[in-house]
Amino acid sequence: MPAMDYIDAIRLAMKEEMERDEDVFVLGEDVGVKGGVFTTTKGLQEQFGELRAMDTPLAESAIAGVAIGAAMYGMKPIAEMQYSDFMFPATNQIISEAAKIRYRSNNDWNCPVVIRAPIGGGIFGGLYHSQCPESVFFGTPGLKIVAPYRAYDAKGLLKAAVRDPDPVIYFENKKCYKLINGDVPDTDYTVPIGEANVLREGDDITVIGYSLPLLFAEQAAEELACEGISTHILDLRTIQPLDKEAILEAVRKTGKVLIIHEDNKTGGVGAEVSAIIAEELLYELDAPIMRLCGPDVPAMPINPPGEKFFMLNKEKVKEAMRKLALY
Amino acid sequence: MTQSASSGQKLRHMELGLSDEKAIDMYVKMVTARKFDERILLLQRAGKVNFHVSGVGQEVAQVAAAFALDRDHDYFLPYYRDYGFVLSVGMTVRDLMLSVFAKAEDPNSGGRQMPGHFGHKKLRIVTGSSPVTTQVPHAVGIALAAKMKKKPFVSFATFGEGSSNQGDFHEGCNFAGVHKLPVILMCENNQYAISVPLHKQLAGKVSDRALGYGFPGVQVDGNDALEVYRVVKEARERAVAGEGPTLIEALMYRLSPHSTSDNDLAYRTKEEVEFYRAKDGIPKYKQYLIDCGIWSEEQDEELLKAVRKEIDEANEYGDKAPFPAPESILLHVYADDEKGGVR
Repeated sequence: MPAMDYIDAIRLAMKEEMERDEDVFVLGEDVGVKGGVFTTTKGLQEQFGELRAMDTPLAESAIAGVAIGAAMYGMKPIAEMQYSDFMFPATNQIISEAAKIRYRSNNDWNCPVVIRAPIGGGIFGGLYHSQCPESVFFGTPGLKIVAPYRAYDAKGLLKAAVRDPDPVIYFENKKCYKLINGDVPDTDYTVPIGEANVLREGDDITVIGYSLPLLFAEQAAEELACEGISTHILDLRTIQPLDKEAILEAVRKTGKVLIIHEDNKTGGVGAEVSAIIAEELLYELDAPIMRLCGPDVPAMPINPPGEKFFMLNKEKVKEAMRKLALY
Repeated sequence: MTQSASSGQKLRHMELGLSDEKAIDMYVKMVTARKFDERILLLQRAGKVNFHVSGVGQEVAQVAAAFALDRDHDYFLPYYRDYGFVLSVGMTVRDLMLSVFAKAEDPNSGGRQMPGHFGHKKLRIVTGSSPVTTQVPHAVGIALAAKMKKKPFVSFATFGEGSSNQGDFHEGCNFAGVHKLPVILMCENNQYAISVPLHKQLAGKVSDRALGYGFPGVQVDGNDALEVYRVVKEARERAVAGEGPTLIEALMYRLSPHSTSDNDLAYRTKEEVEFYRAKDGIPKYKQYLIDCGIWSEEQDEELLKAVRKEIDEANEYGDKAPFPAPESILLHVYADDEKGGVR
């Protein structure tokens, strides 16, 4: 099985899906000739032509809205938002339109659109190239939201998103593009939307998260193992709908849970995960539910000390995990 | 039916390629839409239904545009006043009544959406929402699909002049212009966006906005059925020939208040409304048909009787039809929710 960068896995998923089904196409700013500002769509225009790897005008609501229209016709568009920070002009199209098309038409119309958007900081992107906007869309029924961490899931979840009959937001982590490398089969496989995955088995504490911060949890778990602390790690993979059973099972395993994400704490995905745990197994917990998230500030700054202060890292996660283990 | 051609004179509708039968059918749809609208207003005033948003004064352009399209293949993205349009592309008075009464059998939304929020996949009427002008990028996306799949259909979207200020209008126009897509955008300029008059909505002309996007924009008298038919037909010919989009601004006047929740005399005068009522395109078109010798007052009386009967029956059907089961609100969030596929 070839080892592959996260970004290459995303590209491979698009290439395979476009080869499999001629109704699949990619549209967005700079996705064609340039192959994307991160090279995510590199080579697609050469292989599939200008229409199927389409450079669009710079207008995010149109990118989403045109994709939604094409999807209602029966196409399988993958709309790229260059940075998730720039997808807010498309929010009305995503929340008022894509999310409600099946529901408002009483199952007559549907909207199989995929909206890809790079999230996260740590790249000196400042306020508007670093955000994690998950919580804006999280809690909107009608949308599915995935956020892969492993290269394997980056490919499998994107292929599943393309084949899904409903709108899927695919939050890819731009810091992961070249940082995360892993085994990615060159076969045609999908990762089911709505299923979490156990990254590491352990007995003392449970860490639940998604996207980049899981790297820090895995690194910290390795080091804490030398201190005799055994960590169980659950990768949510899909943040909507949440895999409730997997969350409860992972917490039951240890009775102590830490939830981590880079999006700010208040109203984040972690709040909902905490509520699920509190509703279902409060009396099985051996410690209060703990969260480690981005601070409640509008976004991270570009100055390196400030960015570092905002971001999670191995040390911060390890410290939180140790504290939980010792509780 | 008397053949107008027998009069020896080449008539406007014939020149446009409209048979007598089609020309008369257009009139039937206009009258049906008008009478339907008036009935719902009554039902609302009588407390039988909660809400109505009217299209009175706009039916002529709506119907004429529909007849100029390929009603078997084109895709339609109407806005909330387009009763005349949807009736012309295959929706029935019964369908509309079921929507007005928010009943389970309503093909638009199964009683979920406000009336006037059309959708019917079999008829290629694309489901719409309330935030205005979101349908313009959708129409562009469907036109993009036509281009990609090399299919000879067009998409057709309508909206009001107030809506032509929305970002989605401009973003959609620009996208369609750049990619020369087969989309027709028709603004039903009825002079008011709820209470705000045209001159406070935009300083220029709606149709001129097309210039900035590199495709033609034309203004047309929305009360002149055959003129609307002509410009929409030409726009369609251009679209299927790969010549790109057209923006049409049909000038008309909203004779009704914005909705049943609106007191329009707070912002306009009775005299103004009466002035425009005199320009109503429906009696004008009727007179044209009579002048052509293909319509008569007797036939008109028959038509009104038949329309009234159709509306009465649909009214009763809609009123008596069952509401959706309350628990059904949980369905159709996702494709697989009936099977419990999504937790």
